[in-house]
Amino acid sequence: MAINNKEVTTTEEQAKVRQKTRQILKRFGRKQGNLVPILQKVQGKLGYLPREAMLEIAKFLSIPGIDVYSVITFYNQFRLNPPGKHSIRVCLGTACHMKGGYITLDAWKRRLGIDRGETTPDREFDLDSVACVGCCVMAPVTVVDAKPQGKVEPTKVDGLLLAFEIEREKKS
Amino acid sequence: MKTISLTIDGKRISANEGEKLLWVALGNGIYIPNLCGLQDNSQPPAACRLCFVEVEGKEKPVTACTETVTDGMVIDTRGGKALRLARTAFELLMSSQQVDCAHCAKNGSCELQQIAHHLNIKLKSNRFRRILRELPIDDSSSVFTYDPNKCVLCGRCVWVCRERLGIGAIGFAYRGFQRVVTTFAGEAFADSKCQECGECVRVCPCGALVFKNDKTEEEQT
Ligand code: FES
Ligand code: FES
Repeated sequence: MAINNKEVTTTEEQAKVRQKTRQILKRFGRKQGNLVPILQKVQGKLGYLPREAMLEIAKFLSIPGIDVYSVITFYNQFRLNPPGKHSIRVCLGTACHMKGGYITLDAWKRRLGIDRGETTPDREFDLDSVACVGCCVMAPVTVVDAKPQGKVEPTKVDGLLLAFEIEREKKS
Repeated sequence: MKTISLTIDGKRISANEGEKLLWVALGNGIYIPNLCGLQDNSQPPAACRLCFVEVEGKEKPVTACTETVTDGMVIDTRGGKALRLARTAFELLMSSQQVDCAHCAKNGSCELQQIAHHLNIKLKSNRFRRILRELPIDDSSSVFTYDPNKCVLCGRCVWVCRERLGIGAIGFAYRGFQRVVTTFAGEAFADSKCQECGECVRVCPCGALVFKNDKTEEEQT
């Protein structure tokens, strides 16, 4: 996972991010121990943790920016990139792994042109992995917009993407 | 400060009370493999697990960087149990390490070479499956080059940048196999808070951080 929000955020958005972050920070004390709850609140509001938000938080707690980045990248719950319109979660649990979940993940990566934890530049899709979603019989599973899809092999990846494309065409 | 005396590998040595064994040994010409410690760091991370030694009267080997010397202590740095632990730790470390000494600027002055030699094992062992990280090299600084593939995550550079110099340009990010020493938001060094003082390069034990002009640097110091 790398930050690709440089490509997808505008200066306007950045200013808005800073302002919203400051709003949230008002409710917290300047204790370093507040870092994780702050990150949770900011992500809850913005959907992810933009660069500008990280810098605001670092300044507020008087810690180097790298410390904020360090904590964010350590925990799975934090996102560095904005959520896409559609969320793709590839299961890498034990059963799905045995059934080639990592091959499925590679297929998604290749088709979307992004890595785990990233969002496509048009903000249509974001991609990540999950560990066992509780329907191992359907392995390998990909959860598409909160709906678990079974037997998602690379050809089904193409099928699912095609369905989205058709839907988009219908709307426009 | 009280002076005490201890024995390391049969050699009688005097030291100041409260000192850590690793630095006492090194200061007296007795080498113990180590990567993660720095003498002025009073809170050793004890993360590399290479500095194991055996202390008479103690059942298990201890890490020399965290062991405070006491009067009358008897230490064996070449005990079988201690060396076994150190060797395994080193082999695990090297299993994700790119080994390319012939093309590396640190060839000859690399602490990994020194450790392998001391432990009498190869830099590339076959005991564990080798998995490399394949991360991009950061060549943006005008002073040094950073190759994360060669980094052993000892944390010396991170500590020096933050604690000794108060800059805080680098730190650890991610977790597990993805763990990496990096700048804020993973930016290139040239775009980061880095002030190009080069102190991190001076403490790097291996080829991860190297001066761009190695020769001039040696002449300068
Ligand atoms: S391992 Fe994928 S659903 Fe259980
Ligand atoms: S130097 Fe003692 S554990 Fe690294």
